[in-house]
Amino acid sequence: MDIVQLIVSGLANGCVYGLIALGFVLIYKATEAVNFAQGDFMMLGAFITLGFTNADHMDLPFWLSVTMAIAIMGVLGYLLDFLVLRRMFGQSQVAVVILTIALGFVIRFIAGAIWGHEPQSLESPISGIELRFGGIVLGMDEVWIIIITLVLTGLLYLFFARAKLGIAMQASSQNQLAAYYMGIPVKRIHSMIWALSGIVATIAGILFASKGSIDPSAGLLGIKAFAAAVIGGFGSLPGALLGGLIVGLVEPFAARYMPAGYSQIFPYLILIVMLVVRPHGILSQIQTKKV
Amino acid sequence: MRIVFKTSYDADIRLFKHGAQAFWYGLLFVIAIALPFLINEFLIGEATLVLIWAICGMGLMLLVGQTGQASLGHAAFMAVGAYSNVLYQEHFSLPFIVSFPLSGLTAGVAGALVALPTTKLHGIYLAIATLAISVLAEDLIVIMEPLTGGVGGLFAPDIEIFGFTFNRYGNPIELYWLVLFITFIVIYLYRNILRAPIGRAFAAVRDSEVSAKAMGINVARTKMVAFAISCFITGLGGALMGHFATVFTHETFNLIMSITLLLIIVIGGLGTIHGAFFGAIVFVLLPLIISIGRDAFANMAGLGSISIPGLESGVFGILLIGFILFEPMGIYGRWLKIRTYFELFPFYRKDMFKRQKSYLKTERTQ
Repeated sequence: MDIVQLIVSGLANGCVYGLIALGFVLIYKATEAVNFAQGDFMMLGAFITLGFTNADHMDLPFWLSVTMAIAIMGVLGYLLDFLVLRRMFGQSQVAVVILTIALGFVIRFIAGAIWGHEPQSLESPISGIELRFGGIVLGMDEVWIIIITLVLTGLLYLFFARAKLGIAMQASSQNQLAAYYMGIPVKRIHSMIWALSGIVATIAGILFASKGSIDPSAGLLGIKAFAAAVIGGFGSLPGALLGGLIVGLVEPFAARYMPAGYSQIFPYLILIVMLVVRPHGILSQIQTKKV
Repeated sequence: MRIVFKTSYDADIRLFKHGAQAFWYGLLFVIAIALPFLINEFLIGEATLVLIWAICGMGLMLLVGQTGQASLGHAAFMAVGAYSNVLYQEHFSLPFIVSFPLSGLTAGVAGALVALPTTKLHGIYLAIATLAISVLAEDLIVIMEPLTGGVGGLFAPDIEIFGFTFNRYGNPIELYWLVLFITFIVIYLYRNILRAPIGRAFAAVRDSEVSAKAMGINVARTKMVAFAISCFITGLGGALMGHFATVFTHETFNLIMSITLLLIIVIGGLGTIHGAFFGAIVFVLLPLIISIGRDAFANMAGLGSISIPGLESGVFGILLIGFILFEPMGIYGRWLKIRTYFELFPFYRKDMFKRQKSYLKTERTQ
């Protein structure tokens, strides 16, 4: 009984990590830039929704707020690439890493200035309800998180497999030059990927904030999502989700069966072992360049 | 503009290009020594902090600026330096003069051990691995409580050299001179490493691993040496930071500090010793400037004191974005441009410092 609860809560956490990791991987695959601010994107998306819908802020209907937050974060992602990241075209990866870290600092500052540094909880229809089957008590929020993640993954899969835009995105991530020759506007596609990644981050943030509470430093959760992305394979979308689930599952079990203090180092230990043993992850699609 | 005619190979690697340069750096050093007579005690404390940050920054600069390996985990090695320094003094009752270099060595060995598995990685994977190390270090310090004092942290005793004690509050000026002396040694070491074969190997690895390999450089070993030396210097800085902070815990050397260290050297200017100093000055003086500016603004607007938590890191982030977009060579790069402008006046051209764009070095093989 205990184990089922641990698994479900682990899966729910893992879904959030997986969604953030999905955001990294989307951007990495398309532009070879790594967005270290993805965790902060998640936090910002959650706070925008919270600012719209919570009773002590604007008190708008929940679904309207979600739609608006998703739209705002999509536009923000697009503009970020259009105004900032595009200037970095052709510069080294490390410069982009530092830029996105700085971006994370700024986002954290803005969120703290607007919504304060106290942890707050999103008033969403899925939080705070418990489901009981026999002896098992499951949080409604956790079940919903898993379902929503599954649906979102399915939608993304369909988008990349069927939609014209999705196929164009795949093409430009595989070979920018060839995609450009085929008439795909590579730069605009990059901006759209950033928008998509902002949207995915917002959904992750909404799920995260309705499960617990959120504060401006929640963006540091992005590091766990990094572990997830690397474990699963940095260049693979299903890998990101898989890695997220692994990290999510390992955490509650380590917390349950290991002495206090040891549990939180497990995701990073797995990450380092993965980097040493199989640097490109479980579902790797990348081979090292050889001379 | 002075043209130096090099008539021997040694002329190419001399510490100073010409006499005038030696004179200016000498003058700078004299001013640095005389600084306590020029400014008040509070600012001397800040100056000491600048020097300590600059030492840590030089450590990271050797790795990022000279060897081209990104590390987001150098606070972990600062922690190794700080903790081991105090532990050597307390458990083995070693004097500072022994424990201090030993703590640097410990950090260096730790760096080499970390480098063993991670030198295979490059670019983004290395950044992530070092990021994980920084997070791990924080947790490990808590776990190793009997040694490190856990959450309670450690108390750093006063520095004592041959019966003479240095304390941040008791005699800040002497502490400043001590740190200045150590800084001078580190700079001397750094400069000499750069003109030694290993320093040139660093530059070769930074510019292209493939061609470095072709020139007969053992890339993995060079990276490991770079890691070790870099962590040695950063560990020394960390030990000083421990003494300066007097009490430090796992949170003193957290992930934010690792990232801050990287940001410092980027703002200052990657690949130069000057950069580490400029970055440290900006980082230490920024809170001062912000608080002065905030008070001035509050007075103008007729408000009381306003406090915006996290303003420093926000401003720091914005500064950094500005630098990366508009002046990727940092403060020192800007200074070089201004100096060249006046040296060549009126023949300076706009694109003299234009960087070659390297187009998307992909790791994929498609």
